Amino acid sequence: MLQTSPSPLVPPVMPGAAPILAIADLHAAYGQSEVLHGIDIDVAPGEIVAVMGRNGMGKSTLMKTLMGIVPTKSGTITVDGVDVTALKSHSRVAKGLAYVPQGRMIFSTMTVQENIETGLTVTGSRKVPQDLYTMFPVLLEMKGRRGGNLSGGQQQQLAIARALASNPKVLLLDEPTEGIQPSIIREMGRTLKKIRDERGLSIVVSEQVLSFAMDVADRVLVIENGSIVHESLRADIDEAQVARFLSV
Amino acid sequence: MFGEYSLADLSSIFVMQGFAGLILFSVYVLMALGLAIIFGQMGVINMAHGEFMILGAYVTYLCSTFFQAYLPSLFPAYFFVAMALAFLASGAMGMLVEWALIRHLYKRPLDTLLATWGLSLILQQAYRTIFGPREVGVELPSWMMGSIPVTDSIEVQINGLFVIAVTTVITLGVAVLMYRSRFGAQIRAVMSNRPMAGAVGIDTEKVDRTTFGLGCGIAGIAGSAFTMIGSTGPTSGQLYIVDTFLIVVFGGAASLLGTVASAFSISQTQSTLEFFLSGSMAKVLTLLAVVGILMLRPQGLFTLKVRR
Repeated sequence: MLQTSPSPLVPPVMPGAAPILAIADLHAAYGQSEVLHGIDIDVAPGEIVAVMGRNGMGKSTLMKTLMGIVPTKSGTITVDGVDVTALKSHSRVAKGLAYVPQGRMIFSTMTVQENIETGLTVTGSRKVPQDLYTMFPVLLEMKGRRGGNLSGGQQQQLAIARALASNPKVLLLDEPTEGIQPSIIREMGRTLKKIRDERGLSIVVSEQVLSFAMDVADRVLVIENGSIVHESLRADIDEAQVARFLSV
Repeated sequence: MFGEYSLADLSSIFVMQGFAGLILFSVYVLMALGLAIIFGQMGVINMAHGEFMILGAYVTYLCSTFFQAYLPSLFPAYFFVAMALAFLASGAMGMLVEWALIRHLYKRPLDTLLATWGLSLILQQAYRTIFGPREVGVELPSWMMGSIPVTDSIEVQINGLFVIAVTTVITLGVAVLMYRSRFGAQIRAVMSNRPMAGAVGIDTEKVDRTTFGLGCGIAGIAGSAFTMIGSTGPTSGQLYIVDTFLIVVFGGAASLLGTVASAFSISQTQSTLEFFLSGSMAKVLTLLAVVGILMLRPQGLFTLKVRR
């Protein structure tokens, strides 16, 4: 098992470019019990990074800490050169982070359109950009429907559209495949890559499904008990080795 | 109980009591709107809501005294100034209270109940110290007094019509704000899921403070309207707070339409029954009916049908 050093062992997708998201020695805790024990991750512009691990290993906590929902105990989070560690959630969104939480957490009593509009808050614009509806045509069809009445896959698209509405530099997705049927998971992999290609943003996705991670990610990290224990580029990933980390 | 009245008398009584019920309904709606925003949307049980209303009533009283003494020429229009000031005073105090007290207790709803109850006691004593224990009445401009005869036996009061008009405007304003504006969408997002609202870029603390201030400000307007149907004393708010909570719960929390419908049914029942029975008996019957309906429909009259 190798421990990650602060500088990544493998070159990022765009060599030489400064990381768009830099996480350094991140510790986070629920009260007294520390859950993340010094995480170091650099994400290059346009890179898709998958963070894999079993339940309870700290994937969601990492995402929530990045978003400011769980407080940071020590360490720094930098987005495009700006230190956001001390900022509240909404200011982090303004600095370029966007979040699609586990379980999607759309605002169930609000319409699809209103849900997307909440994402516009930091941009100051009032109108939902047309390209979001082009990317997710089903949301245009359903824009007057209440979010809570959508199917799981549709809610997932809504949660992604809501996150993209704030024009993020880094998109964080927490277990997007949870509770979604397999055919839609493949579709979602294509969508994520399309979003990256069209908007040039970076994506950090936490996952338990190895095939999905292999499909979308440029780089795969494995988190175990709050530390990164394995890291490899997709090209030279040893699937069997990663699968061992994921088996219960 | 109807025996001693003729049919014509009875219909007049129902119309007049119905109108009195409408006035009561208007004050209830104004009170309950503020509470529906604070309790229904934010989930905060604000026991001091009645005192915010009474603050508005005292502001109106001060305005009326001030205009009488210094600006008698503008006295006919003072009530509009008084309502605006009542909104601002109660709203500002609401934001202060949210900042100093409520925001620390969002995760502890029962503690909020105790804290705001304590606040209501403090405010009552403050009113007693500042304005004295005796009830004060507000002088109305002459155009707001008197009544319009509709038929021989039916008359409607002008100040009643005024209260109803004010209530209609405020209710429509709140409905537009909550369901058509961006700020309203932000309020509903925060109430639906506070951490997630922050994570899509909404400044939840600012929204909380403004929402609480808005609810209290509307209570202030309710207090201003209240001066027309009752006299203002330090503990007047206490008489209305239970009814108001009842209305919000009966209507279904988080539904403005439900709040209006429940205020209507409760105030009309109460007002009509009061004429034929004693006041307390009317209250008992109203409460029994509400309790019965809530046992069958615990979620209240109106709820949104969505999968959670």
